[in-house]
Amino acid sequence: MHRFLVKLSSSNQFRSFKNHRLLLPLLPSSKPFTSSSSVSSSPPRQSNRSGYPYSVELFRKISPLSSNSRTLGVNGRSISSEAGRESIEYDVLIVGAGPAGLSAAIRLKQLSQEKNVDLSVCVVEKGAEVGGHIISGNVFEPVALDELLPHWRQEHTPIEIPASSDKFWFLTKDRAISLPSPFDNKGNYVISLSQLVRWLGGKAEELGTEIYPGFSASEVLYDASDKLVGIATKDMGISKDGSKKENFQPGVDIKGRVTLFAEGCRGSLSERIIKKYKLREEVNAQHQTYALGIKEVWEIHESKHNPGEVVHTLGWPLEPKTYGGSFLYHMNDRQVALGLVVALNYHNPFLNPYEEFQKLKHHPAIKRILEGGTVLQYGARTLNEGGFQSIPYPVFPGGAIIGCSAGFLNVPKIKGTHTAMKSGMLAAEAAFGVLHEGINMNTYWDNLKDSWVWKELYAARNYRPAFEYGLLPGMAVSAMEHYVLKGKVPYTLKHGKADHEATNHARKCTPIEYPKPDGVFSFDVPTSLYRSNTNHDHDQPSHLRLRDPKIPEKVNFPEYAAPESRYCPARVYEYVEDEEGKPKLQINAQNCLHCKACDIKDPKQNIEWTVPEGGGGPAYSLM
Amino acid sequence: MKILVAVKRVVDYAVKIRVKPDKTGVDTQNVKMSMNPFCEIALEEALRIKEAGFAKEVVAVSIGPSQCVDTLRTGLAMGADRGIHVETNTSFLPLTIAKILKSLAEVENPGLIFLGKQAIDDDCNQTGQMVAALLGWPQATFASKVVLDKDKHIATVDREVDGGLETLCVDLPAVITTDLRLNQPRYASLPNIMKAKSKPIKKMTVQDLKVDVKSDIEILEVTEPPKRKSGVMVSSVDELIEKLRNEAHVV
Repeated sequence: MHRFLVKLSSSNQFRSFKNHRLLLPLLPSSKPFTSSSSVSSSPPRQSNRSGYPYSVELFRKISPLSSNSRTLGVNGRSISSEAGRESIEYDVLIVGAGPAGLSAAIRLKQLSQEKNVDLSVCVVEKGAEVGGHIISGNVFEPVALDELLPHWRQEHTPIEIPASSDKFWFLTKDRAISLPSPFDNKGNYVISLSQLVRWLGGKAEELGTEIYPGFSASEVLYDASDKLVGIATKDMGISKDGSKKENFQPGVDIKGRVTLFAEGCRGSLSERIIKKYKLREEVNAQHQTYALGIKEVWEIHESKHNPGEVVHTLGWPLEPKTYGGSFLYHMNDRQVALGLVVALNYHNPFLNPYEEFQKLKHHPAIKRILEGGTVLQYGARTLNEGGFQSIPYPVFPGGAIIGCSAGFLNVPKIKGTHTAMKSGMLAAEAAFGVLHEGINMNTYWDNLKDSWVWKELYAARNYRPAFEYGLLPGMAVSAMEHYVLKGKVPYTLKHGKADHEATNHARKCTPIEYPKPDGVFSFDVPTSLYRSNTNHDHDQPSHLRLRDPKIPEKVNFPEYAAPESRYCPARVYEYVEDEEGKPKLQINAQNCLHCKACDIKDPKQNIEWTVPEGGGGPAYSLM
Repeated sequence: MKILVAVKRVVDYAVKIRVKPDKTGVDTQNVKMSMNPFCEIALEEALRIKEAGFAKEVVAVSIGPSQCVDTLRTGLAMGADRGIHVETNTSFLPLTIAKILKSLAEVENPGLIFLGKQAIDDDCNQTGQMVAALLGWPQATFASKVVLDKDKHIATVDREVDGGLETLCVDLPAVITTDLRLNQPRYASLPNIMKAKSKPIKKMTVQDLKVDVKSDIEILEVTEPPKRKSGVMVSSVDELIEKLRNEAHVV
C-alpha cells in the first residue's frame, strides 16, 4: 500500500503551508526573464507535492539553461543560419487550433483591443480545417467560455442541448445495473467539440487572428541561447524515398516572440520540449498516464432519441483490472455520441480496445438505443489521465504549453475542455504581459495555481490512482472521495507504472477471442476508418518513425504478440510475412488517425509519432 | 493573353457522404469541402503556362455560395492573379454554368478557358463542352498534355480517349478540360496564402451577367445505390445458365 502514497508531510511543511497563504500576496513581481545566470542557483528540490499551495522557492526562476548540459543539436539552429527557408514573424505563435489554442488567441486579441496594442497572433493547425482533428465526448462545462466570451448565450452557437439527465450503469454481459451517478452535469451541454472549435475559430478570426490550417509544425526552432523562438512547418511534396516531388514546397519558419504549444494530448513537439527543458523534473511531476477513447456518432431512430441524456458505464466489456468505461450522449438532430475509453496501462497485450468497443455495442442496453440507426462518423484519440500529479512545469524560455499537451483533464469528471480553455486564457494573459509590460512568463504558472483549474484538479487527484488497486477498491475510494473527502486529504496517491511499462509479456497472458463484426452494430476497422474521412497523401515518408527498426520483429512480435497491431484503432501496424515467411512490420501510415496511442503504448517506446504533411489525417465534423 | 480557369467547390474526395433523409440530395452540412481535384489540375496548368511566359494573367472563377470565396483564395494562393465569385445559393446544372461562363468570357476575353474534365460530385463531364459550343470555340477535352505555340496561336493537346491518346490542334481562343495525368498541382505555400489575402476577388451576380438561369431539369429524388448483395456459389454450368436467364435476365 505504501508505495503508492507519498509520505505524509511533516509538521514543518504544514507550517510553511500556512505561511504561504500570507506570503503569496507579498510576492515581489517577477523579474523579466533573462537567459543569463544572474539568478542564484536553487537548492536541489525534494518531492513537495504534499502541500498546497506550493512553496514559492520552487518556482521563482526557471533553471538556467547553462551550456554545460546543452548543445545546439540537430534540432537547434540559430535564426540566421538556414538558407532558402522563408521566415515569418509574429508576436505570438500558437501551435494547434483546438480549444486551448483558440482560447489563447481570442484572449490575446481581446487584450490587444482593450489596451489598444497591436499584437500579431498566428495559429498553425495540422488538420485541413479547424475542427477537423477535434474529437471528444463531449459534455461541455461552459465555465471558461463564460469568462472568455460572456455573450455566447445570446448568439447562435453549437452549444444547444443542455444535459438533461446523468445516468450511470454498471454493465455485466447481459445487464445494466443503475447506480447513483457520480457525475453532476447540471448546467452543462452535450455538444460536438469539433463544431464548437469551428465556432471558436470563427471568433478568433473575427478578432484578427491569422489561422492557417493544413500546416503541420514539424520542428522546433531555438536561438543561440537555447530559447525557443518558433517552429518550422513540414516540407510538402517529398516522396516515399525521400526525394523531392514535382510539387515540392519547402516548409517555412514561423517565429513568435512568445510561442504557445496547444497540440493536445501527447503533442509531438510538446513532448520534445518537456524532455528538453526537463519540465517534469522541474516540479517533480510524475509521468503522464493516458487512455484511448474510441468514438462513433450515430444517427438513431427518433423514438430512441432523448436530447441531453448523458449515460456513463463501468464494467463490461472491460475486465476489473482494466480501467475504463463508456459514454453515450444524446446530441441534437437525432445524433448520439457513443464511445469507449480504455486506460492504456492495461496489462494484457492481447487487449484490443477497438474490438472491446465493438463488443460494447452488442450489449442489450446499448443495442436497444442503436437499433435502426446508422453510423455517421468514427474516430479515436488518446486523452490524459494523469491529472494533478502529472502536470509538468508548463513554461520554458520562449513560451509555454497549454491545454492537454500539458495535461489539465479532470479525470473523474472526464472533462478537459474547460480547463484547457482556461489554461489558454491564462497563458495568453501572461504572454500579453511579457510582450507589453515586460513581466515573466512564469506568471502563467502562478496564475494557473491561483485559478479554479488548480483547485479542481487538486480535489480530483486521488480518483484515478485509487483504481491501481482494482475496480472495486477504486470505486470505493471514488465514492469516499466524492461524498466525503472531496480531495481534502493530506496524501496524494501516486500513479503506477508508465503505460508502456505496464504491458505484460504475451506468454503470461491469455489471448482474447473477439467476435466477428456483424456489419450492423459492429464493424471491421476498414469500414470504420472510412467513416473517419482520414486520408494522407500516399507518396510521402511514413510519419511514424521507428527509433530502432529491428525492435518490432525482435521484441514486439515475439515477446508482446505485436500489441501495436491490436491497440491501434486505424490498423496502421500490421505484421505480414516476408519472402522467407518471417513476420515483418508493415506501417500503413495513410490510415493514421493521429490518436498517438502508439507513441504512448509501445513497450520499448520505439515508435515516435511525428507530424505528416499538413492537411492529412481525419476530417471530423460531428465528433 | 489572359487565361480563365473555372473552379468548383465540391465535397472533399476523402469524405464519406450520405444522402439526406428527405432524399433531396447529398448531405453537405458539416462536411469538408475542397476545390475539385480536376479544377486544381486545370489551375495548375494555367499557372504553368503563365510561368512559361505565354500568358499575362490567370483569373479564377467560381460559381456558388459565399463559401466559394475560400476555394478562390486557395486558387489565389496557388498563384492565380485575381478571382471572380458569381454568388448564388442555387445549385446550377452544367448548362447554366456554361451560360454564365460564356457571359464572363465575353467580358474578360480570355485566350484560353481551362476547366476540370468533370466535378467529382456530379460527374457530369459537360460544362467544358457546353461552354465551347456556346462560344463557338474549339475544344480539347481530357487533356493529358498541352503545348502552346504562341506565334501560330494554337494549342496542341493530347487527349485521353477510350482507344488511347488522340492529339488535336486547336486554334486559340479555345476551351481545354483537364484530365488526371496532365500535371501534379502545387501546394499553396504559407507565404503565398498570406499574399493571397490581398488579391482581389470580384463579386458578381447572375443578373450582372444577364444570364437566364431557368433550368429545364428538376431533380426528383436522390437515393443511395442499392446495397451490394452477397454472391451465390453455383454448383454446375446448367445452374449458372438458369440463374443468368431467370434471375439476372441477361441471357
